[in-house]
Amino acid sequence: MDFDYSPQEDTFRQELRSWLEANPADNYDPETFEIIDQEERFQIKFDWQKKLHGAGWVGIHWPQEYGGRGATIMEQTIYHQEMARVHAPGLANPLGISLVGPTLMHWGTEEQKERFVPRILSAEELWCQGYSEPGSGSDLASLQTRAVDDGDDFVVNGQKVWTSFAHKADYCILVARTDPDAPKHKGLSYLLVDMHSPGVTVRPLVQISGDAEFNEVFFEDVRVPKANLVGERNNGWQVAITTLMFERANFGMVYNLEPMLDRLKAGLTDLEVNGQPAADDPDVRQKLAAFHVEIQALKFNGYRQLTQQLRGNPPGPEGSISKLAGSELYIRMAHFAMELLGPYSQCALGEAQGIDNGFWARRALGSRLYTIAGGTSEIMRNIVGERVLRLPKG
Amino acid sequence: MDFGFSEDQELLRDSARKFLDAECPTTFVRKMMEDDSAHATELWKKAAELGWMGILIPEEHGGIGGSFLDLVVVMEEMGRSLMPGPFSATVLLGGPAVLAGGSDEQKAAVLPQVAAGELVMTLAQAEKSGRYDAGGIGLPATARGSDFVLSGEKLFVPDAHVADQMVVAARTGSPDAPAEEGITLFLVDAKSPGVEITQLKTVDMTRRQCHVAFQDVAVAGSQVLGEVGQGWPILQRVLDQAIAGLCTEMVGTGQQALDMAVEYAKERVQFGKPIGSFQAVKHKCVDMMVQVENARSLTYYAAWTVDENVDEASQAVPMAKAYCSDMCKTVTSEAIQVHGGIGFTWEHDMHLFYRRGLASEAAFGSAPTHREVVAQTLDL
Repeated sequence: MDFDYSPQEDTFRQELRSWLEANPADNYDPETFEIIDQEERFQIKFDWQKKLHGAGWVGIHWPQEYGGRGATIMEQTIYHQEMARVHAPGLANPLGISLVGPTLMHWGTEEQKERFVPRILSAEELWCQGYSEPGSGSDLASLQTRAVDDGDDFVVNGQKVWTSFAHKADYCILVARTDPDAPKHKGLSYLLVDMHSPGVTVRPLVQISGDAEFNEVFFEDVRVPKANLVGERNNGWQVAITTLMFERANFGMVYNLEPMLDRLKAGLTDLEVNGQPAADDPDVRQKLAAFHVEIQALKFNGYRQLTQQLRGNPPGPEGSISKLAGSELYIRMAHFAMELLGPYSQCALGEAQGIDNGFWARRALGSRLYTIAGGTSEIMRNIVGERVLRLPKG
Repeated sequence: MDFGFSEDQELLRDSARKFLDAECPTTFVRKMMEDDSAHATELWKKAAELGWMGILIPEEHGGIGGSFLDLVVVMEEMGRSLMPGPFSATVLLGGPAVLAGGSDEQKAAVLPQVAAGELVMTLAQAEKSGRYDAGGIGLPATARGSDFVLSGEKLFVPDAHVADQMVVAARTGSPDAPAEEGITLFLVDAKSPGVEITQLKTVDMTRRQCHVAFQDVAVAGSQVLGEVGQGWPILQRVLDQAIAGLCTEMVGTGQQALDMAVEYAKERVQFGKPIGSFQAVKHKCVDMMVQVENARSLTYYAAWTVDENVDEASQAVPMAKAYCSDMCKTVTSEAIQVHGGIGFTWEHDMHLFYRRGLASEAAFGSAPTHREVVAQTLDL
């Protein structure tokens, strides 16, 4: 065992850290970022991606030929650590960077790679993910959106839902049914759809937080060139699964939990519990310590996962935990904050009487996302139970 | 960055597992539960021949001079097979106290015998208060010339009934002084006049604990480990290591309970299907696995901090003990739940694991105690 970084890794960290210190995100305040207007928030992320991209700091895990740095696994880890250290905002094209690019590199034709991939890191073209439908959530393969063969095109009809940032997107990775007679997993195809095509209608959905960053998307006789089919026709499920693997492999969750605990600790100083300072209350101390322990456990799970990757081994059970355990811990921490704030917990965003400007109420509402998006906790437990523990399917 | 064991350590793990599978099946563990002492002398000799008692002991004192991480992989397997007897009392408590605090003469007198499996040791720390911090050590040692006299009681002393030598933590300073000052460690022959050892009836009879009464027990000044009054820092280092070792065992115990529950869930059929296909059972098993993996990560990290003797141990060890205590109890308890009625029988092995979980939770302070130590490191 060895927790040291190599001289090259230290150099990489220093290079990135110096750059970040000299080039902070514009108009950005991490304290208020989550509670400002969503358009403003989007603009900050967009500008930040452009700025990072100008210096080659977007998609560093991508191969150099596609504009990345071909970063090692350790460099990617350091990258996440350094971004967390400065509480950097997210990017405008996260789906493109972590899902679409890698999926196209794996499954795309040379033409598709050339056409689409270079514009992802630069944020020239933003992407959304057309998976869920009103009737197909966890049972994704039952989806009903149809793509019918018509000359050089497919003609798409159907509806997608919970489509994050569809209202900003230029392209969509769309899973649609091309063979309605085949078993449900065998009749799907994976298409790249221009969101500006005639027949595409995007309707924002207001989330429980009050923002409207996800959408329902309607497709009415939308023509998609056959050149935009990824992988083989009716083999779209395999391609879609590749994308899902990239989505769930992302273990950035831990990096959000540490600052959240810090903020929780910092907020304690103004609070009393049962007539004494909150920080002296035994129950508060127990809970905060327990949160810290769990966060550290997830972090060390990540290091074990990293070690398996570095040694070229298949991921062990520790690798499947981060999304499941991290998202549930996030909610418990948000709920604990609400408990601590007493009546002030109800104060909504922007209420002057609220503590921290209503931040925690907003956090609690927003936290509900994580155990649902990208596979609900129930689906994650099925996957871990069946693939890791080898328990029989239901 | 490399958070994993070496190839040699993985080989050691494999050989430990094979050895314990052959020598220490649960039928044997049950025999030891019923035994007068739970000290399996044949198994003890064989383990000594494998060098296990001497892993932490330097070569100059007859040991192997291995690292704590070498011991960790073996202990995880011991936890998996619920190895009975005084191994951790000797190898993680008594022996290391001599190694950490003893003079060259004391080390030469004790450690080669420990490494050879010829000496059983323990540490007498806790008392009636049930505390494992410095304030829990009250037994007075009164100076008489250059010698001392011990009078009082120790409780929950692991395996004292089969120990040849015990390290006794006693108070030589004023009871009014700060708790961490005035603690002295004595190396005491368990057969000394005035020492009376009584086995306790506890929930996990695979590893016995004792009440030890000291009635005017005379101890020579030459039996002091380290300096008079300077025992606590030595003990702290020993305890960090022992707790990390215990956590490793708990990870093994939890993993084995999980594996048994998962196997059962695959085989047991109700409503025409294996019960593991039902989400209520499947998801329970996943939650158990999450706890075992979290515990494993925290424990390996704690073991690394102890092995490297770095400051982070002061947080990493209580983190591991807080989490593992909850994990081992919960996972072994849930494994019983997965087994249903058969899991509640004496005949089924699952209660052996649950018993070990309960006993391990209680040793060296349960979860809330360690969480409070963690809280103190968080600058609240």
